[in-house]
Amino acid sequence: MSKPTWGAALAILALPVSGADNKPILIGEISSYSTVPAFTVPYRNGWQMAVEEVNAAGGLLGGRRLEVVSRDDGGKPDDATRNAQELLSSQKVDLLAGTFLSNVGLAVSDIALRNRVLFVAAEPLTDALVWDKGNRYTFRLRPSTYMQAAMLAEEAAKLPARTWATVAPNYEYGQSAVANFKELMRAKRPDVEFVAEQWPALGKLEAGATIQALEAAKPDAIFNVTFGADLTKFVREGNLRGLFEGRAVVSMLTGEPEYLDPLKDETPKGWIVTGYPWDQVKTTVHQRFVQAYAKRYSETPRLGSVVGYTTFMAIADAIRKAGSTDTEKLIGAFRGLKFESVFGPVTFRALDQQSTLGAFVGRLDLRDGRGVMVDWRYVDGKDYMPPDAVVRKRRPAEAMR
Amino acid sequence: MSVYLSQALGGLSHAATLFLVASGLSIIFGVTRIVNFAHGSLYMLGAYCAYSFSQFLMAKLGAPLGFWPGVVLAALAVGLVGALMEVALLRRIYHAPELFQLLATFGVVLVVQDATLAIWGREDLLSPRAPGFRGVVEIFGERFPQYHLLLICLGPVVLGALWLLFNRTRWGTLVRAATEDREMTSALGVNQRRLFTSVVLLGSTLAGLGGALQIPNEAVNLQMDISIIVEAFVVVVIGGMGSIVGAFVAALLVGEISAFGILIFPRLTLVLPFLVMALVLVVRPYGLLGKPGDESRGPAQAPGTHLVPAGRYLRRAGVAALLALALVPAFAGEYAQLLVTDILILALFATSLHFILGIGGLVSFGHAAWFGVGAYAAALLLAKLAAPISMGLIAAPLVAAALALVFGWFCIRLSGVYLAMLTLAFAQILWSLAYQSTWTGGDNGILGIWPSAWAGSPARYYYLTLTLCVASLLVLRRAVFAPFGYALRAARDSALRAEATGIDVRRSQWLAFTLAGAFAGLAGALHAFHKGSVFPNVLSIPQSIDALVMVLLGGLETLTGPVAGAAVYHFLQTQIMRSTEYWRVILGSVILLLVLVFPHGIVGSLRRLSAAGWKTR
Repeated sequence: MSKPTWGAALAILALPVSGADNKPILIGEISSYSTVPAFTVPYRNGWQMAVEEVNAAGGLLGGRRLEVVSRDDGGKPDDATRNAQELLSSQKVDLLAGTFLSNVGLAVSDIALRNRVLFVAAEPLTDALVWDKGNRYTFRLRPSTYMQAAMLAEEAAKLPARTWATVAPNYEYGQSAVANFKELMRAKRPDVEFVAEQWPALGKLEAGATIQALEAAKPDAIFNVTFGADLTKFVREGNLRGLFEGRAVVSMLTGEPEYLDPLKDETPKGWIVTGYPWDQVKTTVHQRFVQAYAKRYSETPRLGSVVGYTTFMAIADAIRKAGSTDTEKLIGAFRGLKFESVFGPVTFRALDQQSTLGAFVGRLDLRDGRGVMVDWRYVDGKDYMPPDAVVRKRRPAEAMR
Repeated sequence: MSVYLSQALGGLSHAATLFLVASGLSIIFGVTRIVNFAHGSLYMLGAYCAYSFSQFLMAKLGAPLGFWPGVVLAALAVGLVGALMEVALLRRIYHAPELFQLLATFGVVLVVQDATLAIWGREDLLSPRAPGFRGVVEIFGERFPQYHLLLICLGPVVLGALWLLFNRTRWGTLVRAATEDREMTSALGVNQRRLFTSVVLLGSTLAGLGGALQIPNEAVNLQMDISIIVEAFVVVVIGGMGSIVGAFVAALLVGEISAFGILIFPRLTLVLPFLVMALVLVVRPYGLLGKPGDESRGPAQAPGTHLVPAGRYLRRAGVAALLALALVPAFAGEYAQLLVTDILILALFATSLHFILGIGGLVSFGHAAWFGVGAYAAALLLAKLAAPISMGLIAAPLVAAALALVFGWFCIRLSGVYLAMLTLAFAQILWSLAYQSTWTGGDNGILGIWPSAWAGSPARYYYLTLTLCVASLLVLRRAVFAPFGYALRAARDSALRAEATGIDVRRSQWLAFTLAGAFAGLAGALHAFHKGSVFPNVLSIPQSIDALVMVLLGGLETLTGPVAGAAVYHFLQTQIMRSTEYWRVILGSVILLLVLVFPHGIVGSLRRLSAAGWKTR
């Protein structure tokens, strides 16, 4: 208990000075800007807007401005590691934030652990980030692979379908999405049977052959995890060959504008997806966000924009709550931090440092030649977590300290 | 039964696209001997141009009248881009050592990536279905898209047209003559320049057409260049470099094996083409229809460089550099120490590649295999067995050497691009193992493998790396001037004469391959503990290409070249990346500039300049 006391003592000593000393609060930010610009550029727009709003409102901790030093990791965890070390040792940032790819997020979280500095992960999906490889310095905003799979499994279990096929990119994300989905489905529906699996290599899906192989298994329903260029190929060829006719499809992330917009008039009707119907969410907070975003960037927000905005707003809230940029105080502030996101109230769970930000679950439809989500509802992330005991077992003891 | 037929047809359609791209690559290599890494970029440009042209023309002329001319125009436009690349860039460096042009095409890849992003934006672009071929036909009760049938027909049509072009026209005869013997064709008064430009134009047009025809199948995206180029090389090598019919047969083989592989081994789709290639190359070292003997003029042929042991001045310079490096932690900050540690590790990695490439004349496109194996061996020892890092540093080179010994036995039977592609195949198989299986940690890698306290701080780890890297570099340098090194260089310059003097060429090459693997493995282990984590990208193609770029940038004909290349390349990349996300276009342009100014690599060209200076004085 000596640490917090020391910190408090220091903070009290620093109080009279901090008013005069308007040193900006520095956040070191890393993401894959050059390799996945379709996702990371809207995300950057989002956090830039958050930083501008915080500073326009007078900054933090009695007038200190929020400043961000941003780095491109080129999609490589090694480069992200070097960037993180540079941000910490040369730029002297107060905390780290960002990342898009799961392996990059994990690499940076390991640097955070070694340097005992806070890392707020924005977009990485991997369950390992807060569970098996979790550490006490790492918090994550976006709903994880498990949470998204759980949201879809709930809907999938309601379907009459008994035989299922899965198609997922053959790497960690696809593998854990399928494993989570299968496990949750088997628990809810013991009668369900998985009759076929397709594992295309990421970015190399051969649509014709994959669809033929799925068709041959004659499943009642399909669970899809492919995204991006693979998804577009899969959907067009699947539409042509009638793979989705009379067959339920449950699909991860496909309702997010980043993935849905490129599908245009090929958008498959009736797919059950997680996503973000940005043009239909009519809450005041959200509409204000959409308008401000459109005004600032002359484009409509993507999910990445919300993630970037929310991550940095949460950081600002945590700094306010901590009253300091001291890492231990920030960890204390982040654990159990409640804040108002554009999607509604969100908490950073003290248990595993995962936020309860949810997602929208609905069906795809086609309107005026473009894809939209219909019959959607916002599902709160807090309801799609495994039991606490399971989390405690998966998370290292050191991370729970 | 109908399932299999449908699967076979799907494979044929995939084969048609592969053939278009691979045939262009093969034609360009056949005549100019350029290993064109930018061929995938031309394919991607074809797709983007076709999207834009057809959108524009369809808005003016309606769907059928707009779409198809858009596709044709895109192919022609890409042909012109290719010709421009030949005239402005490649033509100026034909006299450079072979394989050096590869560096230039790598620069083009980087520039095209960012140019495409700037012109067409960051989002995938989906074109409408092809007019006239929007629907499906029923074949034995299975629906099959009409457009794929069109592609299936197109493959043989293009093959036929190319055959006529090469066998029934004067131009084609000249191209075949140049493919057989470039110097003789030139001596007979054929305008080499025009011939080369037209060949690159044709090859690029085919790549552009391949890309353009892809737009009804998939959304045009920024990863198209990377996803096709390796597959195209696989096809060309299976078929035999320079053989059009070979490319056609190989495209069919790869297309069908991929299609049926999905049915039988859905988890192995990534490695299947590489396994097939490795198998073909082990049985037929020149591909299915390639001719033995082609390799003698392949890019493996490094020029017989005269290397001399370090003289007084170079020794003094070396000692001075070492002293300066030893003082880095005393004067430079933590980040600078980390950066120089990076560079030292990469210098060792690049030098180990140079040992087989420059000294041994064995081209490797898969050198990351040994780097990655070293990194994973060290990381797994630490993570699974809780071994100390000293164990990791000893075990990594041994494991890498053992694996290189096994794979090397297959590799040294080949030469030139065939050898290069076999090494790539091994590296890709290892990469997919690390990336897709769970015991290696998959894409999430292995975390938390930091060095123990005695090497824990950046400065301590810096000294550890400095000691091991400098010692390794000196050992490799010593090996070059040992009888073993002389035997290796003799084997490189003339295998026949070397054999005649009693040198066991294969054995020395095999040993060299193993030795290089060991030192790359050590570099990998140092990298793993330096970063504290290992991810599959240490085994990936970009990692192999980086090493190649460093060696070529520094200069193939010198011993200090790889070290200079590693320092320049890594420093440039990290510094440019810090300032802009459009770093690829800047890095690519710098590489192109360096290629034009230093056609023998940085150190090689500087040495030539200073030698010329001595002579004139």
